Amino acid sequence: MRARDPKKRSKDFKEVALGLTEKQAVKEAKRCLQCKKPKCVEGCPVEINIPAFIGKIRDTDSPGALNVIRQYNMLPAICGRVCPQENQCQGRCILGKKKTPIAIGALERFAADYDAKNSSPEKPVQIKPNGHKVAVVGSGPAGLTVAADLAKLGYEITIFEALHEAGGVLVYGIPEFRLPKKIIQREIEYVKSLGVKIQLNWVVGRTQTVEELFEEGYKAVFIGVGAGSPKYMSIPGENLNNVYFASEFLTRVNLMKAEQFPKYDTPVKKAKRVAVIGGGNVAMDSARTALRLGAEKVYIVYRRTEAEMPARLEELEHAKEEGIDFRYLSNPKEIIGDERGYVKAMRCDKMVLCEPDASGRRKPECSGEEFILEVDQVIMAIGQTSNPILVRSIKGLNLWGAGYIEVDENGASNIPGIFAGGDISTGAATVISAMGAGKRAARAIHDYIRSSYPA
Amino acid sequence: MYNILKKETIAPQVDAMIVEAPYIARHHQAGNFVVLRIDEKGERIPLTIADSDSEKGTITLLFQKIGKTTEELGTLKTGKAIRDIAGPLGHATPIMDYGYCVLVGGGIGSATLYPILKALKGKSNNVTVILGARNKELLIWGDRFKELADEVLLTTDDGSSGRKGLVTEALKEVMDKSKVEIVIAVGPIRMMQAVAELTKPYNVKTLVSLNPVMVEGTGMCGACRVNVGGKTRFACVEGPEFDAHEVDFKELANRLGFYREEEQASMEIFKKKKCKGRCKKSNKGT
Ligand SMILES: Cc1cc2nc3c(=O)[nH]c(=O)nc-3n(C[C@H](O)[C@H](O)[C@H](O)COP(=O)(O)OP(=O)(O)OC[C@H]3O[C@@H](n4cnc5c(N)ncnc54)[C@H](O)[C@@H]3O)c2cc1C
Ligand SMILES: Cc1cc2nc3c(=O)[nH]c(=O)nc-3n(C[C@H](O)[C@H](O)[C@H](O)COP(=O)(O)OP(=O)(O)OC[C@H]3O[C@@H](n4cnc5c(N)ncnc54)[C@H](O)[C@@H]3O)c2cc1C
Ligand code: SF4
Ligand code: SF4
Ligand code: FES
Repeated sequence: MRARDPKKRSKDFKEVALGLTEKQAVKEAKRCLQCKKPKCVEGCPVEINIPAFIGKIRDTDSPGALNVIRQYNMLPAICGRVCPQENQCQGRCILGKKKTPIAIGALERFAADYDAKNSSPEKPVQIKPNGHKVAVVGSGPAGLTVAADLAKLGYEITIFEALHEAGGVLVYGIPEFRLPKKIIQREIEYVKSLGVKIQLNWVVGRTQTVEELFEEGYKAVFIGVGAGSPKYMSIPGENLNNVYFASEFLTRVNLMKAEQFPKYDTPVKKAKRVAVIGGGNVAMDSARTALRLGAEKVYIVYRRTEAEMPARLEELEHAKEEGIDFRYLSNPKEIIGDERGYVKAMRCDKMVLCEPDASGRRKPECSGEEFILEVDQVIMAIGQTSNPILVRSIKGLNLWGAGYIEVDENGASNIPGIFAGGDISTGAATVISAMGAGKRAARAIHDYIRSSYPA
Repeated sequence: MYNILKKETIAPQVDAMIVEAPYIARHHQAGNFVVLRIDEKGERIPLTIADSDSEKGTITLLFQKIGKTTEELGTLKTGKAIRDIAGPLGHATPIMDYGYCVLVGGGIGSATLYPILKALKGKSNNVTVILGARNKELLIWGDRFKELADEVLLTTDDGSSGRKGLVTEALKEVMDKSKVEIVIAVGPIRMMQAVAELTKPYNVKTLVSLNPVMVEGTGMCGACRVNVGGKTRFACVEGPEFDAHEVDFKELANRLGFYREEEQASMEIFKKKKCKGRCKKSNKGT
């Protein structure tokens, strides 16, 4: 896909990837073999009929393509941009065996963007209310999907969101240069046009309990609160000034618009030399954000090698183009502070990869050597875990692992009427898997209400 | 939007505000706070719920105007509204039948202590409140405390009200006289640290309410992390109250100063805007 010049783009927050022109899209669509048993579809967590939508693009019927996608995926402009396609649809495309797979993500994005540019906002659909209320907690991709699907079936939906803005990680985590806010806004407007109400500043478990939601007449509650609590390494120096958790760093910039301080009140510290710890999308986003805030040197410090990096391929490539310095097989052991309590360096162990263990993953081990990176800011992006506020407030709710909600394949928890999906039931995963969980839960909630409250 | 039903200045640089927030009022417990954002460009700041009325659906906030956001909040008059308020957040203060309790407050710390006093008196506790301030004018809600507490001791730096001296001196005398079961201290870091150091040899359980910088206040960013007993804890969900004898106050103070430059810049711009250039001349002079 076309992208903006790395030198220019690394100085602003405008979108990096440019998307396909119509000509390019049609040309790419023509390459698709229209397989009878399309492998690509197997790779898509929501099983979009990929050959069908690509066929429409080939026939220059972009609105038709979008209609196909929308049957499966409510957020195509978003998924086209952020899905890890190389492990999903594109990763399975038959053409990938010999040469380049079809750029399915880019085509999906094209269909969605084409629509955004060329048609007026969706007219409110006429929906016949069925008289049942359902509460959705959390407005990330899981919550938005459940809400939209149930609203279309006639349910009266209220989404309760803890923050002052809807969208979950899409607004507070993923940066503008990767996923412009106006795209999320448009999708949220669409959900609202279905009659869904969004109640912001509502921390369920605190502002109101799930029990009270049932008392207020909600027949079912869907929990899609994500896995928002940052993990940390517990190494010395972690609480020095200028050590950020990625979640805070990105929230300041994305949600609070700290890059526009003092026009916006929330500040973020700009640093000269930054080390980001981790190898996933969160690490890439933090590193590239630090660069855009004016850092001269940005390292990504990762304890395995490039092959094991969980980040999307495109982000990894973009980060390299922008000059991020990757230090593989490096494991931080101490952050060193100056006499004022500010970061001045980071000490790391050099690692080696051992033979694959039972799980097939090659574990990094210390080589005995260490090195020091002179940096004035450290950003930790080593993962997120479950946030206890809501899940612990529900008596008798079955949890697994570090506090994730245990659900069956349809998203039903052990408590009748309580459903869950997305990162809070799987652990930190992807936008599209959260949406898939939302879709399944919407069907299950519909079945549950129909059988519990027959008309 | 959250309507401001009443706003008044109760001490120099300290305002009280009654805000409509029925769900928060209904769930408020002593020790809880809210996070608010004045408007679209605003910062999210934590303020303790100083009082609440679940029937009227209101909460009371007390704030000291020390920077851009609190100054700006102070300009909002009765009848205006605040864009975002989320809460009640944070752990509730553990309220039990302790027996004899001492609450120690410095300055705006009274805001946090008042609901704790109310809750403790809701059980069969005997409570002494020690309030300290630089001078008489800065003592906050002394009358309200006197209505509820078994005893209120006032201390001021200049002796303009109560006794001259520090809260710790008064606390020491109380502890020397009677067996205290729990001390809860809220105020400036230096005061809380002094209380912690004082009570430790007496082996008295002591809680302090910490005030680190927060962003969202729901456990998702880690901005508010503090070091308690050598462990990293998130003050917004696991606190804000912690065992005073375990808190690393030095680290807390250091982290609180992290944005000083930005805070000052923000305040300068706000002041300039507020006087719309009229005070330009005098600024140049200084
Ligand atoms: C920086 C970053 C980059 C990422 N990049 C990618 C990517 O490129 N591709 C990809 O597929 N995935 C990516 N992910 C992962 C992806 O964003 C998540 O898997 C996905 O957003 C999970 O969706 P969700 O609906 O489960 O929860 P979330 O998106 O986390 O939304 C949960 C919402 O619930 C709210 N909430 C929490 N508690 C409460 C409560 N008690 N009451 C009310 N509301 C509450 C939260 O405020 C939040 O808005 C990224 C994640 C991060 C952090
Ligand atoms: C759980 C909690 C409850 C609180 N309750 C109250 C309350 O009831 N009433 C009240 O007046 N304040 C309270 N605070 C402090 C309040 O949040 C800060 O005063 C406020 O954020 C300052 O914002 P500002 O933009 O006006 O000032 P800033 O420009 O942000 O700060 C100005 C000065 O205040 C210091 N400061 C910044 N943040 C804090 C902080 N969190 N605590 C103490 N000093 C700070 C800075 O170091 C700086 O010197 C509470 C803080 C927490 C964490
Ligand atoms: S939703 Fe994601 S995985 Fe599915 S086709 Fe689109 S880009 Fe591929
Ligand atoms: S596998 Fe590839 S070639 Fe076959 S239908 Fe899917 S996208 Fe087209
Ligand atoms: S303020 Fe964000 S975790 Fe506490």
